Amino acid sequence: MTAPQHAAPLDPLSFRDRRRRISSRVWLALTGVAAALTVLPLLLIFFHLLRAGLGSLNPEFFTSVPAPVGQPGGGVGNGVLGTFLLVGLAGAMGLPVAIGAGVYLAEAEGGPMANGIRFITDVMNGIPSIVIGIFVWAWVVVAMGGFSAFAGGVALAIMLLPMVTRTTEEMVRLVPREMKEGALALGFTRWRTTLGVVLPAARSGILTGVLIALARIAGETAPLLFTAFGNPFWSAGLGEPIAALPVQIFQYAISPFEEQHKQAWAASLLLIALVLAMNLAARFLIRSPYRSR
Amino acid sequence: MQPVPEQAGVLATGTRSFASRLLPRYAQGNVADRSYALALGAFGLAIPVLFAFIVVRVGVASWPAIQRFGLGFVGGTTWDPVAGQFGALPFIFGTLASSLLALLIAVPLSIGLAIFLTELAPRWLAAPIAFGTELLAAIPSVVYGLWAIFVLVPWLRSSIQEPVANAIGDKVGLFAGPAYGSSIMAGGVILAIMIVPFISAVSREVLAAVPVAQREAALALGATRWEMTWQVVLPYAVPGIIGAIILGLGRALGETMAITMVIGNRAEVATSLFAPGATMASVLANEFAEASDDLHLAALMSIGLLLFGITIVVNSVARFLVWRVSLRGGK
Amino acid sequence: MQDTTVQASVQRASALPLNEAAMPTETPTQAPAELAIRADDFSFWYGGTRALNDITLEMPQKQVTALIGPSGCGKSTFLRSINRMNDLIPGIRHDGDITLRGESVYRTGLDVVQLRKRVGMVFQKSNPFPKSIYENVAYGARVNGLAKGRRALDELVEHSLKQAALWDEVSDRLDRSALGLSGGQQQRLCIARALAVQPEVLLMDEPASALDPIATQKIEELIYELKDQYTIVIVTHNMQQAARVSDYTAFFYMGSLVEMGRTNTLFTNPREERTEAYITGRFG
Repeated sequence: MTAPQHAAPLDPLSFRDRRRRISSRVWLALTGVAAALTVLPLLLIFFHLLRAGLGSLNPEFFTSVPAPVGQPGGGVGNGVLGTFLLVGLAGAMGLPVAIGAGVYLAEAEGGPMANGIRFITDVMNGIPSIVIGIFVWAWVVVAMGGFSAFAGGVALAIMLLPMVTRTTEEMVRLVPREMKEGALALGFTRWRTTLGVVLPAARSGILTGVLIALARIAGETAPLLFTAFGNPFWSAGLGEPIAALPVQIFQYAISPFEEQHKQAWAASLLLIALVLAMNLAARFLIRSPYRSR
Repeated sequence: MQPVPEQAGVLATGTRSFASRLLPRYAQGNVADRSYALALGAFGLAIPVLFAFIVVRVGVASWPAIQRFGLGFVGGTTWDPVAGQFGALPFIFGTLASSLLALLIAVPLSIGLAIFLTELAPRWLAAPIAFGTELLAAIPSVVYGLWAIFVLVPWLRSSIQEPVANAIGDKVGLFAGPAYGSSIMAGGVILAIMIVPFISAVSREVLAAVPVAQREAALALGATRWEMTWQVVLPYAVPGIIGAIILGLGRALGETMAITMVIGNRAEVATSLFAPGATMASVLANEFAEASDDLHLAALMSIGLLLFGITIVVNSVARFLVWRVSLRGGK
Repeated sequence: MQDTTVQASVQRASALPLNEAAMPTETPTQAPAELAIRADDFSFWYGGTRALNDITLEMPQKQVTALIGPSGCGKSTFLRSINRMNDLIPGIRHDGDITLRGESVYRTGLDVVQLRKRVGMVFQKSNPFPKSIYENVAYGARVNGLAKGRRALDELVEHSLKQAALWDEVSDRLDRSALGLSGGQQQRLCIARALAVQPEVLLMDEPASALDPIATQKIEELIYELKDQYTIVIVTHNMQQAARVSDYTAFFYMGSLVEMGRTNTLFTNPREERTEAYITGRFG
């Protein structure tokens, strides 16, 4: 068998090859359709948010508490404040542990203990937020005798923990080995190396991870339903129920009143703006030489 | 072997105690380093301890219901708080049905999107679309729910459910009317929208990691772009993509707010895609705050435990698969 | 002066009848239709960077043409322009033309799939698919519909593996994974895979550079045998290899073609000073 002499020119295509060419184009075009279909909801959501919500955004909306049921006016001021408070509380409780655990995992690297902890952390990342909510209810709310901002903070902190642990670990690992070894070679103790050299180097990456996680929990509703519970007035203290923006959105959305629906849209706009601002801040304001872009 | 006396600076040999096995080796010298290592270890242990605590606490709270109904709880179809009859099947069914439907819709879309972004789109198009996908992932669940209630569900009902139910609802039970709008289908659709960003993000990474040499080999043999993608690139990436899909499934299973708002909240095994139902997460969201008696509460806790267990299994499988791919990627 | 090693290589390996010794011209005198590949003032840019300058080159049919030159001189770029593998890179531009038996490879409306059926390629690092040996060889033939039915495909696979001098080593394990083969075997598998598509031209981009000397020798012997049936263009940074396997050699430098001619002539009596400097090892 010798190599065939292709006497035919490069064109024309056989039927089979023409079909292959068309088929290739069709399928590839379909992937473009898929892409368009996935982006479509984003556009629709923003469109509706703006259309239905912009009208209700006014100074009163930001600063006042909800009006009595069925009445027009009022706002979500207490929800905004509550969200900030809860996120701050969660951060205060969860971040030190998370960053510590992240550093532990980064330093320990392998070994069955660290691998096990890493695995459990990943699993915890997948726990449904409502399960965390009922757990904190059983643990804190029952013990305290009522719903509270504190319980809400605990719930959000539990959600924060696995997220920040993993991102911290990744960021600390990215710090070049040479930096750590250089310090150790100079006679630094281990903890001084970590706290004085490695962590500062990983600082922006860690901060990015923290901001993204905080943005995530700021939008969470389910863990707050049975812990912070919500409050139609300004918060009275950490031991009392507290309003939060996502919870208010939920309550308004399922209420029968048109006025509250409108406010739900406006509050959603607000929430998204908040979440997006935090995400964008994480990505663009914090520049790190070690993050791959 | 005799245990070596504790001396700072002496390398420990022989039998090592459990605590020293926990700590990195460097910690066995210096006192400051040792306390540092212990502190770190404590932070690290906080997570599994918390995890165990969650399991125990929820488990204990569920006990009365487990004791009362036993395994029949999982198969029971009646959920009647007033009568004290609790069976979890309607919610298990609702969870599985809506999640499966979500996967059915999301997987082709996600893979199509991933292929589009890695193989086809020029940079000026790929960047905004990728950014848009990240935005979708950042939208809080409750906002999805809000939009779904007022925009998606009415549209689904009038544009899809009513026509289909009228046309073939009598013959095909799956599409039987009446078309409620708030339904398993609505739940599936909104879940699909929510998990597409996750599945496509991981798929995209996996596809991009397929070596250029493989693509070149296929093209040089005269394959069309699609043949190369479908017959060479995708098969290479399959384990990672499956991991991505299962991760998406895990996400869908645990989703609460959006699905609570659109699934109709009827504690029955739905007979049609257009009928309302409930999921494990949605019944918790709806009934927990008003659970009257202890049995009701325990039953709800059991559902929480069940949901917890299922998501653990699914997520573990997903992590394992993605981990397997990262090993292989070293080629 | 002449590098004795290269000269000796040329004399040792050259088994070709040297009736061209009297030929004064550097390019082969064959009728244009006999030319497999021809480049006319072909230039190439990656974005803003010019990689090839007005290359005019003729590569005769059923002969082995080697492209040599220092790293970055454009020889691989040129090779990949022949079967338009460079199309994969965004931002590229070309000027001039490359023709395959008289037909332009860059003609508008040309289906590159057709082109690549007729011009096969073997890469520097072997890249078998993570499939069985059989499936690897069969892939191109399957996709292009070259063998109807299982029997025909089996025969094609066997023939291709024999052509690539791999059949004896793998005939009893065709359905094992290709990735279990050694580096040299994998490369010969890639050659078999390319041959199964029954091309006219085989482009080889430094096919032996990642292999040990014994495997390299097997590949070179293979090239020598395949020459009867296929036009082969091989890029190599190894001058001895070029001297051993090729009939014609083209020397590239910094994107331009410096000199092209019969291999023994180029290596023993180069016209250009730069050529001589390169082959005697003064740079490169």
